[in-house]
Amino acid sequence: MSLELLQVIKPTGDYVEKLEPEIPKDELKRLYRLMVLTRNLDIRGLQLQRQGRIGFYIGCLGQEAAQIGSGYALKPEDWVFPAYRELGTALQRGVTLKQLMNQYFANAEDLEKGRQLMNLFGVKAVNFVTGSAPIATQIPHAVGVALAAKIRGDPIVTLAYFGDGGTSENDFHTGMNFAGVYKTPTIFFCQNNHWAISVPVEKQTASETIAIKAKAYGFEGVRVDGNDILAVYRTTKEAVDKARKGGGPTLIEAVTYRMGPHSSSDDPKKYRTEQELEEWQKRDPIIRFRKYLEKKRIWSETDEKKAQEDANKQIDEAVAYAEKLPKPALETLFTDVYADMPWNLEEQLRELREERAGGK
Amino acid sequence: MAMLNLVQAVNHTLRDEMRRNDRLVVLGEDVGVDGGVFRATEGLFQEFGPNRVIDTPLAESGIIGVSIGMALYGLKPVPEIQFMDFIYPAFDQIQSELSKFRYRSGGQFTTPVTIRTPYGGGIKGSHYHSQSTEAFFAHTPGLKVVIPATPYDAKGLLTSALRDPDPVLFLEPKKIYRTVRGEVPDEDYTIPIGKANVARDGDDVTVFAYGAMLHVAMEAAEIATAKGIKVEVVDIRTITPFDIDTIMSSVKKTGKVVIVHEACKTCGFGAEIAAQIAERGLLHLEAPIVRVAGFDVPFPYVLEDNYMPNANRVLNAIEKVHNF
Repeated sequence: MSLELLQVIKPTGDYVEKLEPEIPKDELKRLYRLMVLTRNLDIRGLQLQRQGRIGFYIGCLGQEAAQIGSGYALKPEDWVFPAYRELGTALQRGVTLKQLMNQYFANAEDLEKGRQLMNLFGVKAVNFVTGSAPIATQIPHAVGVALAAKIRGDPIVTLAYFGDGGTSENDFHTGMNFAGVYKTPTIFFCQNNHWAISVPVEKQTASETIAIKAKAYGFEGVRVDGNDILAVYRTTKEAVDKARKGGGPTLIEAVTYRMGPHSSSDDPKKYRTEQELEEWQKRDPIIRFRKYLEKKRIWSETDEKKAQEDANKQIDEAVAYAEKLPKPALETLFTDVYADMPWNLEEQLRELREERAGGK
Repeated sequence: MAMLNLVQAVNHTLRDEMRRNDRLVVLGEDVGVDGGVFRATEGLFQEFGPNRVIDTPLAESGIIGVSIGMALYGLKPVPEIQFMDFIYPAFDQIQSELSKFRYRSGGQFTTPVTIRTPYGGGIKGSHYHSQSTEAFFAHTPGLKVVIPATPYDAKGLLTSALRDPDPVLFLEPKKIYRTVRGEVPDEDYTIPIGKANVARDGDDVTVFAYGAMLHVAMEAAEIATAKGIKVEVVDIRTITPFDIDTIMSSVKKTGKVVIVHEACKTCGFGAEIAAQIAERGLLHLEAPIVRVAGFDVPFPYVLEDNYMPNANRVLNAIEKVHNF
């Protein structure tokens, strides 16, 4: 078990050649553009909230490499269980900007019918399961899908995201324990971003690392530089390949940093220093990957300008589209509670309609 | 047609539906090799093997959480929680996840899990093997709560639950697991979820009850009839969504209502029935509604018989509303 932090690209953009995963040049560039899109969308999301145009925002600033690198190691038929800030993985799996923006604006075309806070989304078509706000509850679900697939003989892998805070929850323990016992093809992907709102990782656990916790459940735990997309991809790909071959689960601790606030309701200045943030900004995953691409001579200033412009244009278009759509219809307050609406919900919908028709 | 007790009816229903539906998977503590502490899953492991009858680690949150994942993938998981008293580690999974997936995903993801669990007192099981906390779950949008009182209904209702597109909490009254026997047809049949049953006709007083309390109500009704009071007994059978039409038509017929459950009185399900009757049919009432329920105390051990509603208490309530 390696508890060393795997790193392929150094913050300078220099890299360890023998550790480079085999990824075609065009794909490397596509992954970089995805990181830019994620970053710019994330910045826009918070702006939209600050402008009062959407109700809430929860972002992934600084965690783009951890998310896109891990997502890229999966196949389309694999399942992803996000916590709630996995915007990068969502885009990587093919969730569209329109789908995301419809969810942010909670409009009539939102797949969730305007029922959840921003970024608590899911899209069945890409096996990206709708998240929830309770922490770590998705972990046993990922084990359940993996166990079901194993029973059915389907060679799929599931990946559950959670944070360092999530490892304190009972569902982290119970999910890891079930996965170990049944040897399910599950990747437990911890984005250790150092902060659970205001509480530092040192107050979540006295364990030296998060990765080492896997040992107690009978499977491997590994640590990776979460701000290094190639290291994250390499580590996740190895775990995914192993799981798909019947080798069981892996816990991956991706060491990263939440560069933004917990959510639009949070002010990190109250609990952490500017210097700490500055230290991590030097390890910014996007700058690092760009330096790598430049050193490989496959990325230019022109490419960068175009990537930025393209990302912003796509975002502008999605915002313009989603913002003008109406809210979901009144009856969506009552639909999807059950497959068929029971009498009490029908009655309550009727009463609400009558009340509104009465001019209130 | 076989004479079965309630736990046998559950067992046969699981077996028959597993034969029909190869996606049905049973999981829980001791449900496999052992066949369950109440023998509800006896023989299933031997017939269907370890991939479909799964002994799990001792972790209720994991049992329900993993079941949710299995359902997301298209299986029909039927987890057993060994006693309802032990369900609380899974409360978060039931409340926040199982019951909310369809709604929060806009209908994209569904979790049709049927949770079976023995509940209720009367077996000298003390606090942690006796409680009736169905009201917590009736207060949960997205979940159905079903409670059979006879072997015939156990089969019909469980079969419905196993084919329902939504999550169902199936509460089995363990006091009458073996004490109540009845004819259960061998062939496939269902009883719709959400339909009450008029277990006994009468036009003086209505007694609403469910689970083991149905039999207490029936015993009291028998004695009352001998005294000249014609009692109607309605078995609620489904707590969520409950059958308001059957409830109200009985209220209109008798105008006098007694509600019986073994759960604590305050905020028990009887409170909801009483409130619905008050909202819809106050003028049909000829006497105040009386609830006969467990007391607002933790479930006792040695004084259990004093806690549990019995025929005498129900009879007193019947006479009270009748003579009002």
